[in-house]
Amino acid sequence: MGGETDVKVDIVVPNQTRYLSLIGNIGEQIAKELTGYQGDRDALAYNLNLVLTEAMVNAIQHATPGEKDKTVRVWIHVGDEALCIRVYDQGQGFDLESVPTPDFEDPSEHGRGIFFIRQLMDSVTYRRTEDGNVLEMRKKLA
Amino acid sequence: MNLSTQKRNGSTVLSVAEARLDAHNSAELKDVILKLLEDGSRQIVVDLSQVGFIDSSGLGALLSGYKNASLRSSGFLLAGLQPRVRSMFELTRLTRVFEIYPTLEDALRGD
Repeated sequence: MGGETDVKVDIVVPNQTRYLSLIGNIGEQIAKELTGYQGDRDALAYNLNLVLTEAMVNAIQHATPGEKDKTVRVWIHVGDEALCIRVYDQGQGFDLESVPTPDFEDPSEHGRGIFFIRQLMDSVTYRRTEDGNVLEMRKKLA
Repeated sequence: MNLSTQKRNGSTVLSVAEARLDAHNSAELKDVILKLLEDGSRQIVVDLSQVGFIDSSGLGALLSGYKNASLRSSGFLLAGLQPRVRSMFELTRLTRVFEIYPTLEDALRGD
């Protein structure tokens, strides 16, 4: 992937946690192939695995309860200067802006997924689509 | 999930033989820790040396174990964190909550 990087991945999986490692590992492998990346590639690999895992868990959790035949679509584009990840869910959605920062003084078992995404990516948005929602995460590579 | 337990010096060592600790398997870990406490474990040492990846659910399961152990005045220690896994504890400031030891042997010695 040296030189002109232009990689697109578009994958659809059932909204089940057993596919978390598959999706996370795709992000990890993409990072490991970014030979032109000047930063810590191993850290980037872990972080992409993590944000993909968290985004997919989020998509699964916000799916309509009881509907087991739903899917999660993951779209990744990697260019020379930036990467963009979109995770599409078919659920009811949630208000990203209302997700609080974790309470570090009185830590709870839950509520670190969006925190990780915000910390490790440069931007994150969540918006409605025709048949669900999409969480979009961007990171500069250069 | 690949979990094994053994008694060492009065502690219960819980070894997590999984490359990933995530939302797919963390509920099972949480249940096993709770069962060990209910069965009377006075100190649990979770050996994470084989875990190369942890997500927010994995951290949550360990925090649940810590809280349940504290409620019963039992000890709850973590050992063998790989560097990237440890950095997730640092990012979420959970290094201030957990007693973390470099290796299992360090945890069992308490130093």
